[in-house]
Amino acid sequence: MRLRWSMGLAVALFTSVLFGSENLVEFSDESLRSRYQTLITELRCPKCQNQNLADSNAPISKDLREEIQRMLEQKMSDREIKYHLTSRYSEFILYRPDVNKTTYLLWGSPFAIFLIGLLAALRLNRRNKIDVGSLDKTVIDQESRIAELLKSGEDDK
Amino acid sequence: MKVVGGLFLNRLALFLPLALFAALTIVLLLGLDKDPSELPSALVGEPFPSFSLPALHDADRTLDERDIIGEVVLVNIWATWCFACRIEHAMLNQLAEQGVKVIGLNYKDNREAAIAWLKERGDPYAFSVFDEQGRLGIDLGVYGAPETYLLDATGTIRHRRVGVVDDRVWNNEFRDLYAQLMAVQR
Repeated sequence: MRLRWSMGLAVALFTSVLFGSENLVEFSDESLRSRYQTLITELRCPKCQNQNLADSNAPISKDLREEIQRMLEQKMSDREIKYHLTSRYSEFILYRPDVNKTTYLLWGSPFAIFLIGLLAALRLNRRNKIDVGSLDKTVIDQESRIAELLKSGEDDK
Repeated sequence: MKVVGGLFLNRLALFLPLALFAALTIVLLLGLDKDPSELPSALVGEPFPSFSLPALHDADRTLDERDIIGEVVLVNIWATWCFACRIEHAMLNQLAEQGVKVIGLNYKDNREAAIAWLKERGDPYAFSVFDEQGRLGIDLGVYGAPETYLLDATGTIRHRRVGVVDDRVWNNEFRDLYAQLMAVQR
């Protein structure tokens, strides 16, 4: 019984590997594979707008994946590959665009907004502190006055 | 006086969210007019890429960029699988009749089917380059057919249109530039 289970498991696992291997990309050097994966996740499919090359089934994505594989095999650097593609498909295809004068706003705005938020928070915090402080003081004043009045009322009896 | 000024500034600050909202609205309204599927053209102003590919009608004849450069031409990317190309074809026939030189780039297609298509619908192209693998397509940054490029006599890409060229597109985007380039050429 146990043997049959493990046989079944082995067959299941083995066939899944077989099916999976159909789509694998072959590299002469395995170290290229991780660079390939990073590149196709960071590059955007020009036809389908909101998918990267890794996810997209569009024919153009398939072509570009093959092009990237070819360039990796030619020992081109990531930078050269990206330049090769942006000079044809424009910076549109970079999901992580370079920092340059057209993208300062894009890269800078999160920090700017964070800074504005931080300043606003600090200011509000300071103002609240003053308010709470003076409020506390009046409450304490009033409480002690009430206590005084109560006391004097008790004295009158 | 100082207090009054401070008060005024405080009052003004109350309008800050409204001003920000108005600015955002304007930016978003302007964005509505833009077509998100239209990519900025990386190759306008650049020379037509070099290539070496067979002719559609003659597999033994090899064409390269020198066959394209030298005159003001339209380079049209087309394929039989491309539905919009059917719509565009009549316009290309018409332009060719008017004397515009049109060169075809048959993109990732089947040779027999492409030749049959031209026989059936008329052939507006001076010649067609047969790019079965889409290699020249990648060098041009083609991401869908049809696309049309206007080249000047030095082989520099002067305009690119992704999508169908019809009367309206020709008149709005190509006609004046084409006339201007032709005037320079003569």
